[in-house]
Amino acid sequence: MSIAMKRSNNRVDRRLGQIFSLLSAGAALLLMLIVLFLLNESWPFLASFWHEGHWLDLFQSQGWYPLEGRFGMTPMILASIAVTLGAMLLALPLGLANAIYLEFYASPVTARGFRLLLNLLAGVPSVVFGLWGLTRLVPLITQWQPPGASLLAAILVLTLMILPTIALTSASALASVPKDLLAGSMALGMRRKTQILHIMLPAARSGIASGALLATARALGETMAVLMVAGNVVQLPSGLFEPVRVLTANIALEMAYAMGDHRASLFASGLLLTLLVWLLSWVAHRVNSQSQRLAHHG
Amino acid sequence: MADRLFAWLMLGCAVLVVASLLWVLSDVLIEGFAHFSWSFLITEPVDAGRSGGIGPILISTLWILLIALAAALPLGLGVAIWLSEFAPRNSRFAVHTGITLDILAGVPSIVYGLFGNAFFSIYLGMGFSLLSGGLTLACMILPIFVRTCESGLRAVSDDWRKGALALGMTRSSAIWHILLPAARPAIVAGMVLGIGRATAETAALLFTSGYVDRMPESLLDSGRALAVHIYDLSMNVTGGDGAAYASALVLVVLIISLNTLAQSLVDNWFKRRLVVS
Repeated sequence: MSIAMKRSNNRVDRRLGQIFSLLSAGAALLLMLIVLFLLNESWPFLASFWHEGHWLDLFQSQGWYPLEGRFGMTPMILASIAVTLGAMLLALPLGLANAIYLEFYASPVTARGFRLLLNLLAGVPSVVFGLWGLTRLVPLITQWQPPGASLLAAILVLTLMILPTIALTSASALASVPKDLLAGSMALGMRRKTQILHIMLPAARSGIASGALLATARALGETMAVLMVAGNVVQLPSGLFEPVRVLTANIALEMAYAMGDHRASLFASGLLLTLLVWLLSWVAHRVNSQSQRLAHHG
Repeated sequence: MADRLFAWLMLGCAVLVVASLLWVLSDVLIEGFAHFSWSFLITEPVDAGRSGGIGPILISTLWILLIALAAALPLGLGVAIWLSEFAPRNSRFAVHTGITLDILAGVPSIVYGLFGNAFFSIYLGMGFSLLSGGLTLACMILPIFVRTCESGLRAVSDDWRKGALALGMTRSSAIWHILLPAARPAIVAGMVLGIGRATAETAALLFTSGYVDRMPESLLDSGRALAVHIYDLSMNVTGGDGAAYASALVLVVLIISLNTLAQSLVDNWFKRRLVVS
């Protein structure tokens, strides 16, 4: 890539370049293999739907009875969306508030401790959050509104899991806003609240948005924590206290014994999840590059 | 007035979050220590894990981790070097590889589990084994490792490359003696990030390395990872919560020490770069 390392006539160098490009081709191939295998394994399922012409049945509510050949994924897709949206609705404002506190209000020592805690929690495995949710949160909710293992429990546990990420990315987005803006708004005699909400937050919005999108992808793809606290009953999410089963949890639960079309349908739902994550990371990428372009012009 | 209210609101949110995070951590610490003992680390699980220890499970976890790293590190480093040093500028292949890596870094782990089951366990005939689990995890950590190493290599100043060229060094010796040492902290940080992710993983291992909690005899034996053990104890074994918390404590301590290491390495790296430039 660099000026210094353009062309070399040394034999070892050329050999090494070839080896490394082979390795890269191998890695790229491996990545394609993942998609190909997902497609290949879910093909019988997708093809049978294609031939029989009832593609929409996948999404129309006819229930998930894989052993009878009925694969209505709608309840689980909706449950995935409900859990993700719920977690984002809670985590985004809270995470933003934490980022604002970190950047504008906390003393350096407090901010350091807070950051340390957030970093720590960002590294805790999802299965530990699941365990905690199962043994602490679910009994609490049961006392209030049985059965306890519910949409609400899943939302709360996921919120705790993605909050550190949102808070940390938003804080770094806020920190990278040019200091001139803050100084200017102070000089205009704005209140602290106005400075933050009307000047700093809008200026950092693309960084915040791309962090939030990545957190959404993580929430959507989360398996263990949700599996452990959501109750796993296949039904349309009709209330906060109803047990639900999300797409990822369904794969984890049924993969062990799934055969034939059933197995293929699980791979198809894996494919669907991958597509959703691609979509999210594409949007995040767009938002990010847009912000970089703006920064260059500004 | 509105200003002060806003400040209090922000403080309140911070306190709320800190309190709930501390609640989780303290539960893991207290419940974990209640069931923890040093012999817990080395003895075999008894009665489906309700009593006894996690000896074989720790061994399986370490084997899986080792396989994942042994596969992902050389491959990842090679790809990173190619992307940053060898790939022609604006090469479409390099750009596409980069994009694919970025997308794969976000793919849910359960999808890697599906792939690992179909490819390693069934297509390559490895069955439920430490090997297929480790290789699945290798695929999972490859993207993030490549990206960290690549950015570390790219951050090395071009002056150093010019200097190496002026000294008549070959490209390979410049990479080996100058660029890799200069990017070492980034490489180590990527490695430790990968280790953290691989150790925490559950979903990708459920259908690749399996559930068997005996001591693995070979790499083609099924073995249960620590995270899978926690899941199994809390979901399928009534009365396994104590052991589950103790295992969670072990897992969290393992991961936190690795993460702190990565963090301090990254910090050091930035400090050193400031001094150099």
